[in-house]
Amino acid sequence: MNPPATRNVPTPTTETAEFWAATRRHELLLQHCACCGHHQFYPRVLCTACAATDLCWVQAKGQGTVRSFTVVHRAVSAAYAAQCPFVLALIALDEGPTMMSTLTDCRPDEIAIGLRVNVMFDDWPEGVTLPVFSPVEHT
Amino acid sequence: MTRALSGRAAIVGAADTAVGVLPQRSATALTIDAILRALADAGIGKDAVDGLVTCNSFAEPRLYHAETIAEYLQISPRYCTTLASGGSTILAAVYQAAMAIAAGACHTVVIASADSLRSGLSRTAAMALQASTGHPQFEIPYGAPVAAHYALIARAYMHEFGVTSEQLAAVAVSARGHAERNPAAQMRAPLSIGEVLASSMIADPLHLLDCSLVSDGGAAIVLTASERAQDFAQRPVYLLGAGVGHGHEHISQAHDLTTSAAVESGRRAYAMAGVAAHQMDFAELYDCFTPVVLIELEDLGFCTKGEAGAFVAAGHTAPGGRLPVNTHGGLLSHCHPGHPGSMFALTEAVHQLRGSAAQRQLARANLGLVHGLGGVMSSHCTLILGREQRS
Repeated sequence: MNPPATRNVPTPTTETAEFWAATRRHELLLQHCACCGHHQFYPRVLCTACAATDLCWVQAKGQGTVRSFTVVHRAVSAAYAAQCPFVLALIALDEGPTMMSTLTDCRPDEIAIGLRVNVMFDDWPEGVTLPVFSPVEHT
Repeated sequence: MTRALSGRAAIVGAADTAVGVLPQRSATALTIDAILRALADAGIGKDAVDGLVTCNSFAEPRLYHAETIAEYLQISPRYCTTLASGGSTILAAVYQAAMAIAAGACHTVVIASADSLRSGLSRTAAMALQASTGHPQFEIPYGAPVAAHYALIARAYMHEFGVTSEQLAAVAVSARGHAERNPAAQMRAPLSIGEVLASSMIADPLHLLDCSLVSDGGAAIVLTASERAQDFAQRPVYLLGAGVGHGHEHISQAHDLTTSAAVESGRRAYAMAGVAAHQMDFAELYDCFTPVVLIELEDLGFCTKGEAGAFVAAGHTAPGGRLPVNTHGGLLSHCHPGHPGSMFALTEAVHQLRGSAAQRQLARANLGLVHGLGGVMSSHCTLILGREQRS
């Protein structure tokens, strides 16, 4: 018998706790390298460009471009089935890093690679907030 | 020095278990069955084995898998290790075992992988395990199956190069054409492009029939030093080239969505073998989803970038084509039990090069390429195999 369907709640680690605390406040944070100016996501203990370890957190503009997307008709588990079909996308943030997310408040037929999007925040009852995105013209 | 390993090791045993839906067989039992068949094919007993490499099972995972299999068999290998790089694992195992043999660490290595992905797990559990290749905090919470991660690649690839859904479907049709000639294949009924396009949408643009099968089964090979290869029952098949390439692990971290680290793994394998793509008589390419084959055809040098869709649609990879691809039917039509997937590409290449591929036998099979990848176009391994010890 399968256990009851639950969504996959992210568990913060020492490197990511600050990021997840910020999403609860509806802020999207990126790491910024004081040495070389590189922005990165996901959070790490080193700068992937220059290997420096003195990274600081900066607030992202929250804007980006759809690098690719798919309309998901079959979710990974029953916990996500109610939201099908949903749009999974790779968002290239204006600061440089790419993140996976979902697109909300849009019809699948209006989405295209290159679409400009803004970050939104999806508060889960489980006590975590996921960054999601919506077309600029809707926000 | 890049050629130092070329021709040093040979495959002298190769065998598959039955594949498909095998509810009466555990993953461990399938692994042992595969090993016994490969040993029988090589004409040796288990005590001749002094190296064992396995890949862990999803349905019956073991903390130390190869050690568990060695104990089950009651053998005491001096080289015993479990590898894990998803769909490229088995090919990387051949590469690493060849290095172990060349270094004198062992003489005769069994490489085995089997799983019970279809019958040993619930559908939900199998989907969750496949999707666990995603990043635990920044991908998995969004609830997409692994097909959706590959769909992100497919969409970007179609957008960049104007590839069509019909051209993706042609990959599945080509694979089915080969599977029709393989009595062992799980899916053998003729398939049309229209049927692929009419199958249910899983993650746009991937239809159900753009996705590989979910199966039970496994296979094993016996690898030995080339100077000993004549002592076995079968004509040896030589490892002429091997290369790996790693770009990213998680698709959201990919620097390029449409060109993969197969470029590097292929370049390294060709350099070791001293050959080029146009010399290959056939290719066994990882086909977890149809667009993957197109990107591999390009990244491995068979087509220029953006041209593989037209190449497959023209029938060049189908039976009788210029470059037969996945002559057993591939993951799309033969079987896909998860990690063991590339095993069947490997054993098929061995059969083609031995000349023992029955009704699938190619008229010319002197050099063949086998490519596997794990994750989401992440970890790549390319092998070049030949009938002769020198290319």
